[in-house]
Amino acid sequence: MELTLTDIIFYLFAATTLASGMLVISARNPVHSVLWLILAFFSAAGLFVLMGAEFLAMLLVVVYVGAVAVLFLFVVMMLDINFTELRQGMMQHMPLGVLIGLILLVELATLAFAWNFGDDVAKNAASPTPVDATVTNTEALGALLYTDYIFIFQTAGLILLVAMIGAIVLTHRDRTGVRRQNIGAQVRRKPDDAFDLVDVETGQGVTLPPKKG
Amino acid sequence: MSVGLGHYLTVAAILFVFGVFGIFLNRKNVIIILMSVELMLLAVNINLVAFSTFQGDMAGQVLARFVLTVAAAEAAIGLAILVVYFRSRGSIAVEDINQMKG
Repeated sequence: MELTLTDIIFYLFAATTLASGMLVISARNPVHSVLWLILAFFSAAGLFVLMGAEFLAMLLVVVYVGAVAVLFLFVVMMLDINFTELRQGMMQHMPLGVLIGLILLVELATLAFAWNFGDDVAKNAASPTPVDATVTNTEALGALLYTDYIFIFQTAGLILLVAMIGAIVLTHRDRTGVRRQNIGAQVRRKPDDAFDLVDVETGQGVTLPPKKG
Repeated sequence: MSVGLGHYLTVAAILFVFGVFGIFLNRKNVIIILMSVELMLLAVNINLVAFSTFQGDMAGQVLARFVLTVAAAEAAIGLAILVVYFRSRGSIAVEDINQMKG
């Protein structure tokens, strides 16, 4: 058995992904969990590059590390949460978790051994990878995305829009006591609304009229 | 034995099991639960890309992109709900959420 360089790189990335995945769920401090999550995504991006999906690998780095993980970090650090309290009773659920995890793993392993590809499966590819080596992964993906999958692509954009609006609507709150500029009221304002001229007799003083809106 | 489809599927399967395990381990902490869900979606993505590569079918990678999109949207909405929940209750313990049912 000979290990090529690609194999060594695969085992390196796979081990890093799995180790940091384990640390995500077992770290004491949620900030550390987020940092391990970032490492897991980075090494998974490495696996994607090994498989030849360069565009997806870069997307993983940009979207997950650049956006999602930072969002998690923001929330973890912004909310003043008592994490030690949340960790109480953790061992109580441990046996059930281990049991279900083991069952799932055994099921997946059973599937892996009892399964193989059909004969014609390569011929039935929905959108075959271009055999021409000059076509890059990004090019091939773009050619598919803007033709065969254009409607799903648009729907994905719609999902992102809805998520964006939803997140803003959910977290937005109206503060009382904030004075905002009301341009319409400013433009409608006339001198008559703003002040009154009062003739004051000498030595009499003046009673101010009620303030106008 | 050189690295093939089975190796990638194994990594994805173990990562998925970690995600499920994390949900059980951190029953009270929603933030870790959301991260576990992200791990599971990452495992699914590894599966999709692995099949796409070893079958020579680009459709898997297109699908992985959409999974990525939905995962990002889910994280944003989930964290927004978390922030709103924390504001109203002062805690993120999931076990109290059933008190909100009306």
